Amino acid sequence: MIRIGIDVGGTNTDAVVMEGTQVLAGVKAPTSPDVMTGVVEALQAVLAASKLDASAIDVVMIGTTHFTNAVVQRRDLAKTAAVRLGLPATASLPPMVDWPEDLRETIGNHGYLAHGGNEFDGRVISPLDEAELLGIAADIKAKGINTIAITSVFSPVSNEFEKQAGEIFAKALPGVHITLSSDIGRIGLLERENAAIMNACLRDLSKLVIEAFRKAITETGIKGKFFLTQNDGTLMEAAFAEQFPVLTFASGPTNSMRGAAFLSGVAEAIVVDIGGTTSDVGSLHKGFPRQATVAVEVGGVRTNFRMPDVFSIGLGGGSLVVETDKGIKVGPQSVGYRIVTEALIFGGKTLTTSDVIVASGRADLGDKSKVAHLTADFIDRTQARIMSMLEDCVERSRLSPEPLPVIVVGGGSILVNGPIGGLEVVKPNHFAVANAVGAAIAQVSGEVDRVYSLAEMGREAALDDAKARATDAAVAAGALRSSIEIVDVEDVPLAYLPGNATRIRVKAVGELHVG
Amino acid sequence: MSDKGYLLKESDLLPLSIGAALLGTGGGGNPYVGMLRARELIRKGASVRVLPLDALPDDAWVGEVGGIGAPVVGVEKIEEGGECFRAMRAVEDAAGVKMSALISAEIGGSNSLEPVIAAAYAGLPVIDGDGMGRAFPEVQMTTFFIYGAKAAPAAIADEKGNVVVFKEVFDMFWLETFARSVSINMGGGAGLAIAPMAMEFVRRTAVPGTVSQALSIGHTVLDARAKRQNVVERVCRDTGATVFFTGKITDVRREVSKGFAAGHAHLSGVGDWAGSEARIAIQNENLVLWVDGVPVIMVPDLIVNLELDTGEPITTEMLRYGQRVAVIGLPVHELLKTPRALEIVGPHAFGYPELTYVPLKSAV
Repeated sequence: MIRIGIDVGGTNTDAVVMEGTQVLAGVKAPTSPDVMTGVVEALQAVLAASKLDASAIDVVMIGTTHFTNAVVQRRDLAKTAAVRLGLPATASLPPMVDWPEDLRETIGNHGYLAHGGNEFDGRVISPLDEAELLGIAADIKAKGINTIAITSVFSPVSNEFEKQAGEIFAKALPGVHITLSSDIGRIGLLERENAAIMNACLRDLSKLVIEAFRKAITETGIKGKFFLTQNDGTLMEAAFAEQFPVLTFASGPTNSMRGAAFLSGVAEAIVVDIGGTTSDVGSLHKGFPRQATVAVEVGGVRTNFRMPDVFSIGLGGGSLVVETDKGIKVGPQSVGYRIVTEALIFGGKTLTTSDVIVASGRADLGDKSKVAHLTADFIDRTQARIMSMLEDCVERSRLSPEPLPVIVVGGGSILVNGPIGGLEVVKPNHFAVANAVGAAIAQVSGEVDRVYSLAEMGREAALDDAKARATDAAVAAGALRSSIEIVDVEDVPLAYLPGNATRIRVKAVGELHVG
Repeated sequence: MSDKGYLLKESDLLPLSIGAALLGTGGGGNPYVGMLRARELIRKGASVRVLPLDALPDDAWVGEVGGIGAPVVGVEKIEEGGECFRAMRAVEDAAGVKMSALISAEIGGSNSLEPVIAAAYAGLPVIDGDGMGRAFPEVQMTTFFIYGAKAAPAAIADEKGNVVVFKEVFDMFWLETFARSVSINMGGGAGLAIAPMAMEFVRRTAVPGTVSQALSIGHTVLDARAKRQNVVERVCRDTGATVFFTGKITDVRREVSKGFAAGHAHLSGVGDWAGSEARIAIQNENLVLWVDGVPVIMVPDLIVNLELDTGEPITTEMLRYGQRVAVIGLPVHELLKTPRALEIVGPHAFGYPELTYVPLKSAV
């Protein structure tokens, strides 16, 4: 199977062509403001570099930070209605109560509380009230909102109310986008609701972006299917991703860490991914990113996604270098994708980290004469500052005193010279496009998170049921059934509940089924 | 109303919840939702005063309120809001008295904020103290009950408007049994209020100053983070806690035992403890810490796991392989170390007949 992996970052769009475990070609192209142009350029360049015809490509896998950035930068977000089913429960905290005010205002702060919801054991809190929902629908219509997030209490246990409410809204408001929280998140009402609302406010944008990707691929002449990568490093079909853009959050760091593990062949390591504006540092365990254990915030909003535990600092190839009275300051300001016009070596007027590295003679980029004025002392102090910033965050990601290697990837890897904090540095082949490699090797997953009563069915039967559901979910997402493995099983007995209630989470992962 | 003590400000709620999470010793439920609920009420104009134990006359009545139920229900079926308040009013009606202030049963975890919320509804102050100085898993495990508080009348209320009053209850163990089963019928989460206590009794039996203690711990954590200091070191320096182990979690074994999330966490030492092994017994809260087979901290003293890098308290439900933690110990208040208290909250009461409680020494 020949496939193309693409990573659309804030600065660069990277692409690789892979066959099996071989990287046939890898390229970097600047990300364009309209998404599509940059993707087309990257696709054409990587096809040319691989000397393959577009018709040879079976599948395209895309990782994008577009949706994360839209939330972080509060742009292109739709006015959204957040409907919660659970009254009289949950009345103390309206939807979006813990959101940053600017983001809540951006999407309109339209929260609605309605009857519905279930208890932990499936009993009904209160029946659904169709008249109440139709009243909410009328208000949504009057406000001209066309996307709704529906969250019902304990919907991971029973999603019937969310489905019924979704049908009521779909009928009352033809063409409206509906997001059900049970399709996205796990137990934890506010965090799941937050994820559903963020998904809902991205639905207009996701239609445009997925369409742009589709056009870019078609324009290049590729006939294969295309997928997007999600936060756990697995794939979702384009049509599915269009409905669930929120699942792409944090896929960038996951892809680069998976790619780093793959390219270096090292499964236990610290990964430093240096981009144009930031460096992401995380640790690998058995080739997978170590996941954060605390609630992860995106754009200031708490979610309960399983995300890689990544620490970011404002250090990249485009970071500004400034002499201050307290010494050299590097970042967090960056010229980002404008490095190709604004850095000194490219004829610009801004001194960046890349300029200093070129001046030191460690990289050959642009016009070296433009940085000839930098003194040896200034160059040394800047490099020392960069290395000390990297040391700090590598130290934070170390799980043990054992000397793990540090895999350095990303376009800004030229900043690294020699060991970091005494740890050996590995720069694998194709290090600059590790994130695109991570996209190209992505698998397909399915996940469940449910509460079982072990008194009724026994632990083994409950685990088997959860595994079967996760496997079915993976197959539905496009995995080859025979290749599926259960990669994660977690059962947590729930205190104070009868019948040995236990929360079981299972994740199944398999190879992509193409055909 | 007394002008002693201090008004809780909106900006106090986050530090209060952080301190309460730490004093939860791994259990007590996440105070995040309670923090948000209290914040909503204060933003809407409610004002809650924290009174020292000497503020009210001996014959004033004090009500103890708290949430009862499963932590997992607490993060999913969020409260209607007035659960504890309605339970408290039902107790007032049944006892024929009016409360002058509310007090927390347990400062550790989510129940640190339930009295604040009920007080905001009722327009009452809260007392700077609680019945545990930490978190414990059961209703009877408070200094109030240990030292003779009446078990009835008590009341439990849900979000739907159901209020069940326990008019006569033989003792605190029966109250735990009845309240627990009603709370499960109510969906695994409810508000519980116990019989009114005279201020004179509360003054003698409450663990004093714990609202202020939680606030101060929270301020310390936030200040250390803002200054990029080592949070674990700052918490120890400012609170009298001591680090008893630093290590990486190598295994977490869980089982259900009589409705409790029980189990053990195993740790392999790092830093000063490299080469040593530790084990922590869990039953909702952290109960016993063994280092190289020797018990070094045991219940009722406080055992708290902090994430080594961030100083974030880790609940027992969140313990996972690979986490790097500092295990810190804090001596519990003297009221919980008496022979009478140890019968209810000592190692024997939690199923460790082989352990004899040795009080934790305060940090030097």
